[in-house]
Amino acid sequence: MYRQTEILQDATQVSPLNGGGDLEGAGDLIINVGPQHPSTHGVLHLVITLNGETIKKVEPHLGYIHRSIEKMCESLTFRQFIYVTSKMDYLSSHINNHGCCLCVEKGLQIEVPERAQVIRVLMDELTRLASHQLWWGALGMDVGALTPFFHAFRERELINDIFEETCGTRLTMNYMVPGGVMADLHPNFQRRVHEFIKQFKLKIDEYDELLTDNIIFKNRMQGVGVLSAADAVSYGCTGPVARGSNVVCDIRKLYPYEVYNKLQFDEVIETGGDCYARYMVRMKEMRQSLSIIEQLIDQVPEGEFQAKTKAVLKLPKGEYYSRVETARGEFGVYIVSEGGTTPYRIKFRSPGFSNLSALDHMARGGKIGDLIAIMGSLDLVIPDIDR
Amino acid sequence: MFLVNYIKEVFGAIKSLATGMRRTGYYFTHHKEIITQQYPDNRDTLQLPERFRGEVVMIHDENNEHACTGCTACELACPNATIKIVTKFDVDEETGKKKKAIDTFVYHLELCTFCNLCIEACPTGAIKMDQTFEHSVFDRSKLTKKLNHDGSKIRAGVE
Amino acid sequence: MPSLENITDDLDVWLYQQFGATATFLIESVLIALLAIGLFSILGLVLIMMERKVSAYMQVRLGPNRVGPKGMFQTVADTLKLIVKEGMTPDGADKFLFNLAPFIVMIIAMVILAPLAFSKGFQIWDINIGVLFITAVSSVSVIGILMAGWASNNKYSLLGAMRSGAQIVSYELSAGLSVIAIVVLTGSLRISDIVASQENGWWLFKGHIPVLIAFVIFIIAITAETNRAPFDLAEAESELTAGFHTEYSGMKFALFFLAEYVNIFIVCAVGATLFLGGWMPLHFGSNTQFNHVMDYIPGIVWFMGKTFFLIFVIMWFRWTFPRLRIDQLLNLEWKYLLPISLFNLLLVTLMAIMGWHF
Repeated sequence: MYRQTEILQDATQVSPLNGGGDLEGAGDLIINVGPQHPSTHGVLHLVITLNGETIKKVEPHLGYIHRSIEKMCESLTFRQFIYVTSKMDYLSSHINNHGCCLCVEKGLQIEVPERAQVIRVLMDELTRLASHQLWWGALGMDVGALTPFFHAFRERELINDIFEETCGTRLTMNYMVPGGVMADLHPNFQRRVHEFIKQFKLKIDEYDELLTDNIIFKNRMQGVGVLSAADAVSYGCTGPVARGSNVVCDIRKLYPYEVYNKLQFDEVIETGGDCYARYMVRMKEMRQSLSIIEQLIDQVPEGEFQAKTKAVLKLPKGEYYSRVETARGEFGVYIVSEGGTTPYRIKFRSPGFSNLSALDHMARGGKIGDLIAIMGSLDLVIPDIDR
Repeated sequence: MFLVNYIKEVFGAIKSLATGMRRTGYYFTHHKEIITQQYPDNRDTLQLPERFRGEVVMIHDENNEHACTGCTACELACPNATIKIVTKFDVDEETGKKKKAIDTFVYHLELCTFCNLCIEACPTGAIKMDQTFEHSVFDRSKLTKKLNHDGSKIRAGVE
Repeated sequence: MPSLENITDDLDVWLYQQFGATATFLIESVLIALLAIGLFSILGLVLIMMERKVSAYMQVRLGPNRVGPKGMFQTVADTLKLIVKEGMTPDGADKFLFNLAPFIVMIIAMVILAPLAFSKGFQIWDINIGVLFITAVSSVSVIGILMAGWASNNKYSLLGAMRSGAQIVSYELSAGLSVIAIVVLTGSLRISDIVASQENGWWLFKGHIPVLIAFVIFIIAITAETNRAPFDLAEAESELTAGFHTEYSGMKFALFFLAEYVNIFIVCAVGATLFLGGWMPLHFGSNTQFNHVMDYIPGIVWFMGKTFFLIFVIMWFRWTFPRLRIDQLLNLEWKYLLPISLFNLLLVTLMAIMGWHF
């Protein structure tokens, strides 16, 4: 592993890499956290200015894994570009694909069969669970407990097996297609989901034993990285980050898509605004997702899993926008079509980018350990930020 | 009252630590819970689901015949230019008519992202996803594959 | 039954008859040095293997199981790998201090071994200030860590070293005060006296609640002193990549790694000696039959058993708890552990004066 640090240098000589050159004191220590660092979960590059252990400034530098996905999508057809979006937020790839499909369907005015809608929602919630499980394990690792990581992956493996059986792959599935889903549910699907629910209900209590109630963990998380509701809104935070700050923003409730308006579930809101509130939002969301899956799993209606669509999709000229709630927040797809087979311009509103922007505000005045805890509680996926 | 709360707090803290230790202690003593799969050793019992996307293969029957007409629908559907179809013109012996057929179905495994779009696009069901997943080779050129077998031809009746 | 005491005495007498006083002293010194180095290398291999297996089982996985039967030679293979690796010195580092630091840490760990009593009479140096010697020497190891962090010319290393300095200096206090609690009860700083005072029962059982509190504080303090999770702020993998040994590689890194495990062994051995009766077997008051059976187990087995039990507990901590933050770590020491142990010392002193202990 590479550990990239800057050599201590005279505070008057500041290179542009060292945070733009607006240093305040001579005793400041500038450290590059990342791109290769154990707790940036990928290749996020943060330049932090320290006074002793106290953080004075955090400056995220993006671009290390920029792949210009939005530009790439302009040369792909409306069937092909959906697949690329699963490489952005790879932990909620299903939900990303879902958002793109919704946008294309809006343009083509395709009526998605009800069976396909239910399958999509089931897959979305399973993805959300898998994503939150990975986050839980990684957060434990960030604050120094290594054991939760393996316990989280044990349950995540079951979800991945379910995906593998029905969709064919485990992480970037490309299971959603305009008009429905690519293949029907596997005959074993219902049985395996029931098995998973049974096991996960037991294990989620163990999650609480290992981290939620732990006094060290509580002290690390409570009162750390406080984000007020006003700040959450002005930074454009969405998802569990905003909901932890008492902001109502669940797209599934506010602008229901597919069958979400027929389901019984609560939008989880915490008032604390600190890392522990964000943690509790995700822990409670896992239970909500479980209840959604339980409501739907025996109620999958019969019928087609895919609406009849043309082989070559051509969106009528115009602009289309649709949004979905991923595991990290609001994911928006904006398509400008000139009437051809490929989008003229495409723009994704990814939740991670906005959530990251609040990092500096939250981390200032904290310690290095706090920064790591805050980053863990933001649940960053770097390809989602950099695209 | 302050002291009572203080002692309660300390005992609550110790209790929370003890519950965590009981959980890890449980897993330390219960080895049946271990979920490690010892991969290269369990090759014989490894079961992959039939939909698993390992690599694209062309279906050949026992007469070395396939169903690919060379329509390039898969080539057009592929987002990464993974598939390249080289066509030729077969001359029908009976009628003397020229007919389009595939010469080589080139498949770049190193570019493939297993999105399944080519399989969906194929009108004749000539290609499918195989369950093999051990693709590592020592030279990158070995990942460029020719999917139609040598001497194979199109099955009669497939248009 | 041959005991370790007889063997060493016989050897001493035999050497004295053969070579005379000076040569005997020299030969014995060499023998002890070889034994110590041998013990350290074996301890390193065994403890690292133990840590990996303990962590694996707690994390519902198998752990190393490929090299040798049940993976027993994994650490040997790892050591071989580290030996053949290049020991790099980073550009801009203070080369002398950078290369010296791992040896300082290792030598300190070796020196603390001197007053430890492994079995009856099996002790390198039964010095009359044994406990004081251990507390005094063990605080020197922080110099090695600070040296490593400063000489590396790496900001992560520097931060780790500074954290480690603050941490070890603080936790020395409560560790020392818990040790003094036992010294007050025993009335002696000599290790052999402390062990002998526990013949009729270990201090943990004899000393009522105050000694129990001292024991708990001692365990917490030694976990912090050896830089183990949940107090592993000097390394803090997720924050400082590897802390003070970020820039070390090859055998120099291995020395730090080995010193960490040897330090764990030594502090746990001290804990076992002070609170759990050292090499003394477990005795229950009047149950003479049971006591006789226990007496048949040799002292070295008792000593190692108790030490490894404590080591297991410390590993158990590591693989369960999250890490504390640096200010919380210092709060815990200065606001909780130190006042409690000072008050506890008063209680123990009162108990010793009034003779309330058994």
